[in-house]
Amino acid sequence: MHHPQTEDELAEIIRSSDGPLAIRGGGTRGMGCSGVGLSMAAVSGITLYEPGAMTVVARAGTPVAEIEEVLGQENQRLAFEPMDHRVLLGTQGTPTIGGVFAANISGPRRISVGAARDFLLGVRYVDGAGQIVKNGGRVMKNVTGYDLVKLMSGAFGTLGVLSEVSFKVLPRPETDATLILHGLEDEAAVAALARALGSPFEVSAAAHDPATRETMLRIEGFTDSVRYRTGALQALLGGETSIESEGAARWRRWRDLEGFAMVDEDVWRVSCKPSAAPELAARSGARAVRYDWAGGLIWLRTPAGHDLRAALGEYDGHATVVRGNVRPVFEPEAVGVARITAGLRARFDPRGLLNAGLMS
Amino acid sequence: MEMPTPNSAVLARKARVVERLKAVLAADAVIHDLAQTRAYECDALTAYRCAPMVVVLPASTEEVSAVLRICHEESVPVVPRGSGTSLAGGALPTADCVVLGVARMNDVIETDYDNRFIRVQTGRTNLSVTGAVEEDGFFYAPDPSSQLACAIAGNIAMNSGGAHCLKYGVTTNNLMGVKMVMMDGEIVQIGGSYLDAGGLDLLGVICGSEGQLGVVTEATLRILHKPEGARPVLMGFDDSEVAGACVTDIIKAGVLPVAIEFMDRPCIEATEAFAKAGYPMCEALLIVEVEGSDAEIDHQLELIMDIARRHHPVELRQSRSAEESAAIWLGRKSAFGAMGQINDYMCLDGTIPVSSLPHVLRRIGEMSEEFGLKVGNVFHAGDGNMHPLILFDANKPGDLELCEAFGAEILKLCVEVGGCLTGEHGVGIEKRDLMHVQYSVTDLEAQMAVKDVFDPQWLLNPAKVFPLDVSDARRHVPDAAA
Repeated sequence: MHHPQTEDELAEIIRSSDGPLAIRGGGTRGMGCSGVGLSMAAVSGITLYEPGAMTVVARAGTPVAEIEEVLGQENQRLAFEPMDHRVLLGTQGTPTIGGVFAANISGPRRISVGAARDFLLGVRYVDGAGQIVKNGGRVMKNVTGYDLVKLMSGAFGTLGVLSEVSFKVLPRPETDATLILHGLEDEAAVAALARALGSPFEVSAAAHDPATRETMLRIEGFTDSVRYRTGALQALLGGETSIESEGAARWRRWRDLEGFAMVDEDVWRVSCKPSAAPELAARSGARAVRYDWAGGLIWLRTPAGHDLRAALGEYDGHATVVRGNVRPVFEPEAVGVARITAGLRARFDPRGLLNAGLMS
Repeated sequence: MEMPTPNSAVLARKARVVERLKAVLAADAVIHDLAQTRAYECDALTAYRCAPMVVVLPASTEEVSAVLRICHEESVPVVPRGSGTSLAGGALPTADCVVLGVARMNDVIETDYDNRFIRVQTGRTNLSVTGAVEEDGFFYAPDPSSQLACAIAGNIAMNSGGAHCLKYGVTTNNLMGVKMVMMDGEIVQIGGSYLDAGGLDLLGVICGSEGQLGVVTEATLRILHKPEGARPVLMGFDDSEVAGACVTDIIKAGVLPVAIEFMDRPCIEATEAFAKAGYPMCEALLIVEVEGSDAEIDHQLELIMDIARRHHPVELRQSRSAEESAAIWLGRKSAFGAMGQINDYMCLDGTIPVSSLPHVLRRIGEMSEEFGLKVGNVFHAGDGNMHPLILFDANKPGDLELCEAFGAEILKLCVEVGGCLTGEHGVGIEKRDLMHVQYSVTDLEAQMAVKDVFDPQWLLNPAKVFPLDVSDARRHVPDAAA
């Protein structure tokens, strides 16, 4: 296992490598790539934090927990609410900020504030040839040249190993409330979530758990405003409802998929058009289903080895294996798109060293 | 601004190219007479003009594909054009190019309120996207100043922003999918009615690629329900440094306004003379807008005004009605026009970390003295996106060059303090040769590698974005059609 201490050492390791490298941040995702391990854990530390500009610059191996703690002191946070995979996957280690951005990991708040990739302002990375490249910066509006920042976010290290990231953070709200609708079937639940998101009453998370028949809407902001909007949504949606305050623990359990943890089955995530979700879930053959992002994200628990993609057939969206041995992990791309991505891989990692075979 | 010498071999093929284009498009969709092509000689960066060889106005994705296939086979450069409102010269033609205008493709294809998206052809103007959904209470959030005229195609090419992106983000944060035609005519669909890519985030790199990777013909855009209301507060300060500190304090306090706009004295004076908005004469003026129900707005404005009071404003004017809001916005919205009344101006677009605001404003003031050209500053203070307007006289020999030199110094300053050359207008030709200031050759090579993959012959909008010396070898690939 390589343990670079600096970006320069990282570049030297990649330059002198003659075989595949399995890149890891905290190792909590366990991507299972073959090759010599390359841990970014030692390239760590926050290098700049400007609360008044809502921006942070940190080395890729910085633990997410360390960043959350520093942000907390200024009453700010990572608004895209990244999932912690340790519970679901039974892994050890500590999630790193580089890993979060490399995998574009976003939690329930993604529907209201955007994904991890929307918060990423700049990157430094080392490409497959060992060259150090920077793109973007640390300001919120930047259209100077191509946006390789987005390209790197969600590339899982296959186009380059992130060494430093700069990103936007947001203020923590004064309070939050969770409005729960009880007893709804999937179709009715997703329709209710659509009505909530199609209202002016700003919802920060919208989810449905078929196991408990709880349909959950999170409202955040100033106390009076939260009370007003929660009431307005209750009136809009009707039915049997309850309201919970201080939902941090509930939403953390939901975000980390705790309910799917202790079962020996595969776990998939499907991104789709929200209104299509109940029908997709019904034909998926899944043993358990959870709807997030108002239906736009479905978590599915399936028997080990089950070919979910064959069961889902044609739809607008994609399915990814999060736990299990089904391959490929990522949805195969249409021919024209696959040609573009293969071309990009050949240019950014010409020797095919970085997490080889993971995405292609 | 230097542009490459037109390729005489391409010009020699004009007749054949025109004939081939006429075979796949409607008769009035191929323009090749100089008297008519001249209408396309520039965009909103009017200092630079060059009539193209041919202009085509296809009416469908399939026609765009046919056009690009022909241009690819004939090795003719193509300059895509939305509405031609680029301030950076993004749609500036070369004499040997085909301008591909998408203006005839402006249909709404699908509106889906349950899933909160709209699918449009990209010739549609930004404001008319909102126009298509506002009766049902929805809107499309990115709102560049040119939104009445600018096309979604250009918004995607430049990753356009607007006044309200502090809360809603810019184009890339509101774009869910595109149908795009590659330079060889192949049609690809990237993204769609769902969130986030299943593989590489190609959508993210296409957005903001200034028409160099493909021609986007359809876009799936996120729409949102309109807030119940929105109202601003206007505050004046006798020191721009204090105004900058006030912005930082508002952000740190956890109030997230939808917009924080800033104007300095030269700009306030020009606007007052022009629009008579009743602004206080002071060094710096802020307009801060928040959204929500009436009670929510009052609460947030109260918090913001409490912060402002700690900075001893010379004026604090809270809007209590739509009329008062309009009065507050009047001056800001006419700022560019007001500056234009005084003289010709060049509008810059650098972004800086908000914390550097006072330093940068002071340096711009000093440079204004050194260059002997007046500057007014009006910008989106919440996100540090500055718009210094440098006044010059286009009829005075040497003034444009002096103005450009001054502008370059300001942009270098933006990069020096940790910012960037352009926040929302794009590089185009305007900032092309300044890219070295922000990026090393290795950084630029990584970006150009993306273009190599999408457009190996560098035929799409080739002389933009990258410094000419850096892209030179790529732009001179062997002429396949010769």
